Amino acid sequence: MTTYFTREHEWIAVEGDTATVGITDHAQEALGDIVFTEVPEAGKQLSKGQEAAVVESVKAASDVYSPVTGEVIEGNQAVVDDSSLVNSDPEGQGWFFKIRMTNPPELDGLMGEDDYRAWVKSL
Amino acid sequence: MSDHDDQAGGTEPQRLALDDWHRSRGGRMVEFAGYWMPVQFEGIMAEHLWTRENAGLFDVSHMGQVYVHGPEVDAALETVLPGELLALPDRKLRYSLLLDDSGGIIDDLMATRRGRDFYIVVNGATKHGDIEVMRQILPRDIFVDHMTTQALLALQGPKAVEILETLVPGVSELGFMEGNAFHAFGHPVWISRSGYTGEDGFEISIPAVAAEKLADSLVADERVKPIGLGARDSLRLEAGLPLYGHDLDRHVTPVMAGLTFAIQKRRRAEGGFPGAPRILAELEDGPVQKRVGFDIEGRQPVREGALVLDGEGNEVGKVTSGGFSPSLQRPIAMGYVASGLAEPGTELKLEQRGKLFDARVAPMPFVPHRYHRKGAPQ
Repeated sequence: MTTYFTREHEWIAVEGDTATVGITDHAQEALGDIVFTEVPEAGKQLSKGQEAAVVESVKAASDVYSPVTGEVIEGNQAVVDDSSLVNSDPEGQGWFFKIRMTNPPELDGLMGEDDYRAWVKSL
Repeated sequence: MSDHDDQAGGTEPQRLALDDWHRSRGGRMVEFAGYWMPVQFEGIMAEHLWTRENAGLFDVSHMGQVYVHGPEVDAALETVLPGELLALPDRKLRYSLLLDDSGGIIDDLMATRRGRDFYIVVNGATKHGDIEVMRQILPRDIFVDHMTTQALLALQGPKAVEILETLVPGVSELGFMEGNAFHAFGHPVWISRSGYTGEDGFEISIPAVAAEKLADSLVADERVKPIGLGARDSLRLEAGLPLYGHDLDRHVTPVMAGLTFAIQKRRRAEGGFPGAPRILAELEDGPVQKRVGFDIEGRQPVREGALVLDGEGNEVGKVTSGGFSPSLQRPIAMGYVASGLAEPGTELKLEQRGKLFDARVAPMPFVPHRYHRKGAPQ
């Protein structure tokens, strides 16, 4: 499994042609207390860069974009039921959705983990 | 991921007396009203709840502290403010409004009689304009001094009184909306029992050079934590208190905003304040729109800018403040609706980013005030 990162602070963990998407620890830290999460339903077609999910903290609302094109396999009901999971475990149980990729070469433009962590430190 | 509202940049913000103090305590600094201000320390939710249960320390030094003095200053101020000032007793605070000629709100403020003079606290983002307006309208022998060397700290919450009393003996004798001069750390301070959270608490005007010492002494008590602007906003929203620039501006009058308590009986009878003809007519006939609270179905916050729709989908108002209530654990909002739809319980829709939310007009405050009113049962 390889994990990639976007400049919009999403992570995408890839296994074969399926991938899991969430927001990074840096993102949840910046948002603060997350009080509402909306995830896409299975079957939804997403294109790269399209708004896929919504995450709201006490102070702001943000969109989560799909880093790749494909079809949603599953939205994470756990973060809908308890949005604080995104704060406590953003890169684990706090994932947003799983997607079946239809254009995996799109991953080429994303950052690897080391590059992302180094870039975030420079922000 | 990206925020829905990005803020535009401007000139470099100024630093307040407690700038280093906030940074060294982990304050996340943002630009606000032309200053660097802490938006949060450990997190808005925790800070909010801490203030409701213990005591929160707020730096509000960005606000404008103004000393107005000169012959018959009370009568002079009544030409710019609609409040009863002639009969305001010494050391009492009065919430008031700076009005333009059409009755629109230039700012909201607290005015305190201090002996022969008035001490006025206005909003940070509007203070320079306010001072200009006052200087223009008031007679030439009335002086409007901007107290730029004073810091302003607020200690808010149910434990504020016992904590501050140990540092500044005597403050516990103040009643809500009452102030007095004290000494602390070798400096004269002016302390009033007032605030912007709905809780009991104090606002402390202190020379900026002594602000760090005061802040240190307060947080040395483990019941006190520094609180950022984020929780200040969620606390005042729960308390139903309007925020200038959001819930109040020149397009609304005190009557629309539900602030008629700030226009006392004699002023209603006599007028003589800016916009009086319109305001007195609105008092008589009712305003076109009213400020109301909203309870919102579900968990998603509905924020400033959302539209208010009636049952047929007509736009009947706008949300001016909204967010997630940490105390109630659900979204709340305030805004304006057509007066005929302002009754608590009225069912309306809110529209935000193309999505409709079921909402109901709610009485405010959302969370009851716990002010220390003298003579009231405790």
